[in-house]
Amino acid sequence: MQSLDEQVQEVKSDVLGIAAELDQLEEKLLYPSNTQVAVFVSMDKATAFRLDSVQIQIDGQPVARHVYSFKELEALKKGGVQRMYTGNTRTGEHRLDVSVAGKLSGGKDYAVTQSFPFSKDVGPKLVGVTLAGSGEPSIEIGGW
Amino acid sequence: MAALRRNAIALALAALLPGRAVAGGDLKDLYFGEALYYAYQEQWFEALERLDAEVAQHYRVDEPERDSLQYHIKNAEFDVGDFELRYRMHHRAGRAIKAVLEADVGDAVRNEAAYRLARIHFQKGQPDDALETLEKIHGEIPEEIRDDVEFLRANVYLALSRPADAAEVLKRLQGSDGLRGFSQYNLGIALLEEGEKKEAVLQLDRAGTLKGGDAETLAIVDKSNLILGTLLFEAQAFDDSARSLGRVRLEGPFSNEALLRAGWADASAEKFDRALVPWGILARREPTQAAVQEALLALPYAYSKLGVHGRAAVLYRNAAQSFEGELHKLDASLASIRDGEFLKDLVREEIRQDKDWVVRLRRLPDAPETFYLTSLMASHEFQTGLQNYLDLEDMRKKLVAWQRSLDAFDDIIQRRHAYYAPLLPGIDSQFRKLDSQIRLRVEQRDHLNQLVQHMLIAPRPDYLATSDELQASARIARLESALRKAGDGERADASLRLERVKGALTWNLETQYHARLTKTYNDLAALNRDIDAMTARYDSFVRTRQAATQSYTGYDRKITGLRGRTAGSLVRLTDLMKRQGEMLEAVATNELKVRRERLAVQLNQARFAFADSYDRATKAQAN
Repeated sequence: MQSLDEQVQEVKSDVLGIAAELDQLEEKLLYPSNTQVAVFVSMDKATAFRLDSVQIQIDGQPVARHVYSFKELEALKKGGVQRMYTGNTRTGEHRLDVSVAGKLSGGKDYAVTQSFPFSKDVGPKLVGVTLAGSGEPSIEIGGW
Repeated sequence: MAALRRNAIALALAALLPGRAVAGGDLKDLYFGEALYYAYQEQWFEALERLDAEVAQHYRVDEPERDSLQYHIKNAEFDVGDFELRYRMHHRAGRAIKAVLEADVGDAVRNEAAYRLARIHFQKGQPDDALETLEKIHGEIPEEIRDDVEFLRANVYLALSRPADAAEVLKRLQGSDGLRGFSQYNLGIALLEEGEKKEAVLQLDRAGTLKGGDAETLAIVDKSNLILGTLLFEAQAFDDSARSLGRVRLEGPFSNEALLRAGWADASAEKFDRALVPWGILARREPTQAAVQEALLALPYAYSKLGVHGRAAVLYRNAAQSFEGELHKLDASLASIRDGEFLKDLVREEIRQDKDWVVRLRRLPDAPETFYLTSLMASHEFQTGLQNYLDLEDMRKKLVAWQRSLDAFDDIIQRRHAYYAPLLPGIDSQFRKLDSQIRLRVEQRDHLNQLVQHMLIAPRPDYLATSDELQASARIARLESALRKAGDGERADASLRLERVKGALTWNLETQYHARLTKTYNDLAALNRDIDAMTARYDSFVRTRQAATQSYTGYDRKITGLRGRTAGSLVRLTDLMKRQGEMLEAVATNELKVRRERLAVQLNQARFAFADSYDRATKAQAN
């Protein structure tokens, strides 16, 4: 006879299994690899910038905006990576606009927008956006 | 003594876990980083969901050494174990780490895996297994975990009632910065368990006088002073006891207990005027706390001992009124638990957003059942049950949301089918036309290519004749044939003319050969480009057609299966939640009843003491 705690552990295992399959199904159904584009946000650990929000536009269209809670910001500063957007786009050349708002270490408001070209081919496109720099943060972009 | 050992082990866990289990570093794999993002927010389900998937995929790919997770695979496997442990999945925790231990890896990696596994055993309450695993550590140990390994070993010894061994290990760790406070405190506890009371007191004094540090270090310093103060109190060294207890921070988690004991230390030394200070502070604090309730009685007791009976009577009356109010709260809490409100409050979303949500529960308006919860939280049984209940509630919400997602997926699939299915026959017909065009062009290209290749080996001007020239050539051949049948006179003249025409044709073919060959070569390249463009369109068409078909076919079985599993899990989970909830309600009810009984006794004490003090005060006034 299993204890209540053991049964809870077992149901956790089952639900994690369902979550994994559902993730796969969702990705295949909603974001097939030939059109999938995902944008990830991370922060350089040395950045003293207090991030408030990030907005992402693809080809001039706003696709994602996120306002950060304290816990989320801490998670980014410790080295976590936030998947901010998953969507679809056709193959070819595109433009990504990243707008960042927050406060500098001195408490002054700071906002910046930078544009980056990116190319989408037949495979999934993963774009990493990193906020770096110890003063005014710069936005760096990398493909994976 | 058993309580002290539990204290030591609990603090050891606090020292081992926060911020150490996960490590980012130079991130090469975004999905691993995503798992860490959730882990750093203590969202263990999401962290595990992503990391499990990423690790499984890493081992599925044909060339794992080219997968970006390869840079983090060791940490990822360790983290899976840590996340499982934090998500209270003790049965699963450690499987991935065992796999590392059994693999052909270097000393440093194997030893770190052994350390992690030992830690899991220890936290599962299996100190024997933890020690056995620790004893497998040989050779190079990564520097960043060297002290942690020894600290864990000491705690395992403590859990195995081997305090002398624990003390030996802890003595070597006294200089460790990372374990500052914890190693000092635990050495004190080990010495105490060993029976070396004098040394233990000295050691706890060292732990209690450490300066600065983070919140955890400050808390352990407070804890050291509280334990030391209690020991000295029991040894009737009341002044020393009060001094140690006085070092406990007023705003720290052990403040109430320390103030209460400090007051008793003074009172035991017959210094009632000094006892008024800590008890006076404590009596103004949150009245649901047991220590505060005790102080409400202790404070007027001190005044009565000082002969200030009037003040004592007032305070006893205030205490009685406070206890009556608390008894009402407790009755309301018990009634509310019976009505099922307690479980509803536990899962209130706005409360759980806050890190100190348990504390905030006490201040929830219209939720009397939660006022006494903080003391319940100290119980391990309640804590485990509560966390399980909250995890089950989170999963229930997810499962309900997934059921809606599966319905939405069905809808999407039906709509895609309705859109694409009628279009596909027409598209396929166009595709067949395109396919035949491409085949024709490819054949032409192949033929032309063959001719060019031949001409590069042996010049063949006739291959490059224009259609006019070919017609002229055929006509010349026909005329030559006709001339052979004509008379000699006619033939000589015509033959000469024919030879001239033929010569002119050959002249053009020969002299223009190189120019024509170059043009043909360029035409072939242009044809290749056309074919490449057509092939790209063809491939794109194939992909699009495939994507269109795949967007609505082949999902039925999967969705049906997932729907069944989701519904099944929901039924099972609902049953577990009910049982877990009943267990929590029973524990809470029992706790509240104990508190109620205690308060009822305190209320009687307060009433009698009030009457007594009132009489004394009246007599004193009369005298």
